[in-house]
Amino acid sequence: MRSDRAPLGLKIAAGAGLAFMHLPIVLIFVYAFTTEDKSYQWPPPGLTLKWFGVTWNRPDVWEALSLSLRVAAISTAIALVLGTLCAAAVSRTKFFGREAISLMVILPIALPGIITGISLRSAFNLADIPFSFWTIVLGHATFCVVVVYNNAVARFRRTSGSLVEASMDLGADGFQTFRHVILPNIATALLAGGMLAFALSFDEVIVTTFTAGQQQTLPIWMLEELVRPRERPVTNVVAMMVALVTLLPILGAYYLTRGTDTVAGQGK
Amino acid sequence: MSEHVLETERSGGLRGISDVLWRNPRLVIFLLLAPPALWLGIVYLGSLFALLAQSFYSIDEFSGLIQYEFTLKTYGELFTPANFDIIVRTVVMSASVTIAAAIIAFPIAYFAARYAKGKWKALFYIGVMLPLWSSYLVKVYSWKLILAKEGILNWLFETLHLSWLLNAYLSIPVIGGNSLSVSATGTFLVFLYVWLPFMVLPIQASLERVPPSMLEASGDLGASPQQTFRHVLLPLALPGVIAGSIFTFSLTLGDYIIPQIVGTSRRFIGQAVYAYQGTAGNIPLAAAFAVVPIVIMAFYLWVAKRKGAFDAL
Repeated sequence: MRSDRAPLGLKIAAGAGLAFMHLPIVLIFVYAFTTEDKSYQWPPPGLTLKWFGVTWNRPDVWEALSLSLRVAAISTAIALVLGTLCAAAVSRTKFFGREAISLMVILPIALPGIITGISLRSAFNLADIPFSFWTIVLGHATFCVVVVYNNAVARFRRTSGSLVEASMDLGADGFQTFRHVILPNIATALLAGGMLAFALSFDEVIVTTFTAGQQQTLPIWMLEELVRPRERPVTNVVAMMVALVTLLPILGAYYLTRGTDTVAGQGK
Repeated sequence: MSEHVLETERSGGLRGISDVLWRNPRLVIFLLLAPPALWLGIVYLGSLFALLAQSFYSIDEFSGLIQYEFTLKTYGELFTPANFDIIVRTVVMSASVTIAAAIIAFPIAYFAARYAKGKWKALFYIGVMLPLWSSYLVKVYSWKLILAKEGILNWLFETLHLSWLLNAYLSIPVIGGNSLSVSATGTFLVFLYVWLPFMVLPIQASLERVPPSMLEASGDLGASPQQTFRHVLLPLALPGVIAGSIFTFSLTLGDYIIPQIVGTSRRFIGQAVYAYQGTAGNIPLAAAFAVVPIVIMAFYLWVAKRKGAFDAL
């Protein structure tokens, strides 16, 4: 047996596994075009573009989309600042409590989302904070930090300290060094981390159900439709659009970190 | 005179701050860490401890008000048959999802780590990353379409004239039900689908560190492929499997949306937490329920750490 050829059984098992991971998503794309609007009938009785127009004219979908985008943008911005600061400190030196800091960053994503959600909710209740746009952001930024942190810390480790010293020796001060030496070095890692944080926030539903009050982000809108389906065709179209929109940051992050040892998705 | 001006210029403004920072590395660390530590410490840990504290309160059975006195009564309620059932059901589900995910993920990870080269390697990587990061709700929704009575899976069984097989399976108690979308099997399939990518990546990472020469040596020494797998490959890949199982186990343990959309009316831990904190208004019991996954995961992580799983993360 030549060792560089995969056995047939392995090929089939790996191929079937990949197919299992992708076929359900493909199905979403077919359903967006179905003419059937009362059930999830397969095969679709006919194909139509009608539902795209119907969805386009729905104000509730637009409002949910706009809220989701705003929350994701602000949470990503906060996570970028906090994650980078944390990564810079942790990768720079060994200090007391370093392990505790990295544990604290990872904890919001390592513990089930429902625990983050219910803790925040009961804290808001205890502190008499009314639910608002900012309570959603508070929750999202908290679990987005880890994504930025993971990407940034990997890049900081590969960035040699002698570069910084050289910059200082040549007369640059700390801020100039940051602007002209460190930032260009970590920029793509931050962009990748930011994109993934954006995707994570845009998609988050578990924590959001606890921190949103009456407002609907797009995932909350979808969840309502999932639990009590009222307008299946519109949901089909929205599901397809969400699948397409999340595709872009994932591919973008992949191309940005390609060829480095950063594994962008680990630790979600 | 001019020297003096130069001095003040150097010690003023940004440059001065920069110099101070350069001389005090500890101050830099402090300034870097303060914002994230404050945010996570206050927003996250603060809320978490506030929740844990509430689990030691109890609720008055008559008035329905929370009594702010230390008691272990709420934890005792976890062990009533109805609540204990929920915990057992969730743990069994998490364990079966984890085992199934490991079995399906292993060939994908092994092929990607050992045989895929160049373009194929990138394809496999994206092939795992896309489902990992694509929308959770869209993934759940796709299974609602698949498992529906009029959906593709029933259609497939009908066209293949195998409906009797499906019906026979559904008539099995516990795992069966009226249809796939309201059975425990349905819940299991959706969990498996949604968390599978989290298992593939760590296994692949650990398999990539196994030198092929080791497998060849095992073969040269007379081991059959099964023996090589059992005694060489599997022990070396185990940290990766455990690392992946941390994700699949923890994520299944805390999820309350999937069993709400696909499955029976029997509750999981996540649903119990959600119900108790919501309409029931029993925050102490909800908090005590939330402690269950934390304790299970803490134990799990402790075992995983001893097995060296964190090197494969």
